[in-house]
Amino acid sequence: MKDSRPVNLDLTKFKFPLPAITSILHRISGVLIFFGIAILLYLLDLSLRSPEGFSRASDWLVSPLVKFVVWVILSGLFYHLIAGIKHLTLDLGLGETTGGARASAMGTLVLAGIAAVIAGVWLW
Amino acid sequence: MVTNATSLSRSGLSDWLIQRASAIVLAAYTLFLLGAFIVHPEMDYDQWQGLFSSTPMRLFSLLALLALCGHAWVGMWTVGTDYLTDRHLGSSGTALRLAYQAICVLFIMVYLFWGIRIFWGV
Repeated sequence: MKDSRPVNLDLTKFKFPLPAITSILHRISGVLIFFGIAILLYLLDLSLRSPEGFSRASDWLVSPLVKFVVWVILSGLFYHLIAGIKHLTLDLGLGETTGGARASAMGTLVLAGIAAVIAGVWLW
Repeated sequence: MVTNATSLSRSGLSDWLIQRASAIVLAAYTLFLLGAFIVHPEMDYDQWQGLFSSTPMRLFSLLALLALCGHAWVGMWTVGTDYLTDRHLGSSGTALRLAYQAICVLFIMVYLFWGIRIFWGV
């Protein structure tokens, strides 16, 4: 590819359709949970070590800051899971029309929003 | 054809398949754990430890861990090779991308060995 080809990637000038927004969120949530796994593994490790570790992990989850961090990771995880399932249905050839793509993008956002609320209620 | 020395399987189609197969394993594992939390909302240590220490669960956890490592590499690679490029970042793009990929490898290695220790030590 020649480097001299004109490119216009001024992102502020784009108007993103809904499926583009769910796509970039899929990537952002993936990067987020990649690093967030460290915190989940830490809590899992602690909680499985001993009864004392289990209660220490439970104590961690009492702190509002830890609750918030875990909530962000879980919300990202649920978003990534739902968007991933949508992606697999696209691989199967479902919802490839403009209307179908918009509807499944909207469905992804709504379901992920509900999942984030439920995760929040469960943590608090 | 573009060959890329840092892609997981050196083949786009094969990476594509690894990403989807690992996604299905990870989705199954996540939904299983979610189901366990719904069925037993107030688990104590014995129930929690008992869940993870059974042989089928150890194998399931190990499978999910391996799937996580493959899935994470393909995904992080895709994101890195899209945005951390010479075109986006100037001449330092390749060096930054390689540094980013080294950090990704480090995290994945830590997750792999740490995860094996957790699931086999429980």
